[in-house]
Amino acid sequence: MERNLTHIALFAALIAVLGLVPKIDLAAGVPITAQSLGVMLCGTILGARRGALAVVLFLVLVAAGLPLLSGGRGGLGVFASPSVGFLLGFPVAALVAGWVMQRTTLSPGLAATAGAVIGGIGVLYVFGIIGMSVMLDKSLTEASYLAIAFLPGDAVKAVLAGMITQSLARMRPASLLSRA
Amino acid sequence: MILTLTSPVEIWAHRWPAGIKLAVLSGWTLFLFWLATPLPLGLALAAVVTLQATGGAVFLAHGLRMVRPLVPFIVIVGLWHGWTGDYAAGCVVVLRMIAAVAAANLVTMTTRLSDMIHVIETLARPLAVFGLKPRRLALAIALVIRFIPLMADRMGQIADAWAARSAIRPRWRVLVPATLAALDDADRAAEALRARGGDG
Repeated sequence: MERNLTHIALFAALIAVLGLVPKIDLAAGVPITAQSLGVMLCGTILGARRGALAVVLFLVLVAAGLPLLSGGRGGLGVFASPSVGFLLGFPVAALVAGWVMQRTTLSPGLAATAGAVIGGIGVLYVFGIIGMSVMLDKSLTEASYLAIAFLPGDAVKAVLAGMITQSLARMRPASLLSRA
Repeated sequence: MILTLTSPVEIWAHRWPAGIKLAVLSGWTLFLFWLATPLPLGLALAAVVTLQATGGAVFLAHGLRMVRPLVPFIVIVGLWHGWTGDYAAGCVVVLRMIAAVAAANLVTMTTRLSDMIHVIETLARPLAVFGLKPRRLALAIALVIRFIPLMADRMGQIADAWAARSAIRPRWRVLVPATLAALDDADRAAEALRARGGDG
C-alpha cells in the first residue's frame, strides 16, 4: 500500500518539477515545457490507475494554490480559464496511456509512444477542445483550430515519452510498473 | 522554495472561512455564465476589480499578474470577433472569462494553503468508501510538497553532471535518470513509511 502511495506522490511531484524547470530544451531549439510529458510518463510508467491518481493529486495541489503549472500558473483561476479542458483531460490522458501500455504486447517503447499519442494527444485534445469551445463560446471546429498550435510540440513529447519509457525498460525492467 | 499564490498582503477576505469563499465563488461563476450581455458582465468585472482594489496597490498588482496568462486568449478572441464583426459576443466572452478567473484568483490569493487543503480533505471524505482515507490524502499531499524542491535540485545536479562530461546539451536525456531517481525515492519513502507504522 505504502508503495502505491509514494509512487503516486512522487510522480505528482515529477509533473510539477517538469513544469518548473523552465524549458529543458527538449529538442534542439524548441523550448517546450515538459509538463504534459510528465502526464504521459505517469501513465506509461505507473500504469493506468496509479498514473491517473498521480495526475489528480497534482491537480489538487494546483487548485489548492500552488503555482505548479508551467509558467508559474496555479490556483483556482486556471480552472476558470479557457485551458480548463486540458487540465481536466490530464488524468484521463494518463489513464488511457497507461491502459494502452498494460493491454498491448508491443515493445515498451512502441506501446508507450502509442499510449502517449492516443491518451496524451487524442483524448487530451477532445477534452481541451470542448473546454475552449465552452469557455470561449466557439464551435468545436473553431476551437480545434486553436488546439492545432500545440500539436507539433505534443507530437515531440509523445515520441520522447516512448524513448524514455524504452530506456527505463532496458535499464531496469522492474521499474515499469505498468508492465509489472 | 515553492511559494504559494496566497497574497502576503492580508485583506478582509483572508478572515473569511475557506468553505464559504468557495461556495460564493461557485455561485458567482454560475451567475457569470447566466449573464449574456456585455453591460452586466462589464459591471461584474468592475465589481471583482473593486474587491481586489480594496486590498491596496500591491494586492491589485498581484491580482493583475495572475490574469496575465489570459492575454493570448483575449488577443485571439479579439482578432476573431474583429474579423466577424460580432463585437458584442466578443465582449461577452472576454469579460466573462476575466471576471471568472479574477474572482477565482481572489479566493486563491486570500486563502492559506493549509486552509484550502483542509477543505479538500473535507470534500474528499466521502471517498473513504473507495479506500481513500483522509490521512492517506494528507500524507500524499505532504510528500509532494516535500519532494518538489528535492527533485528540482536533483534535476539540476543531473544536468550539471552531464555538462561536466560532455559538450553536447543533455536535453531530454536528463529525464531518464530523473525518472529513475523518482522511482527510487518512492521505494525508499515507502520503506520509511512502513518502518514508522505504515500509511494507516
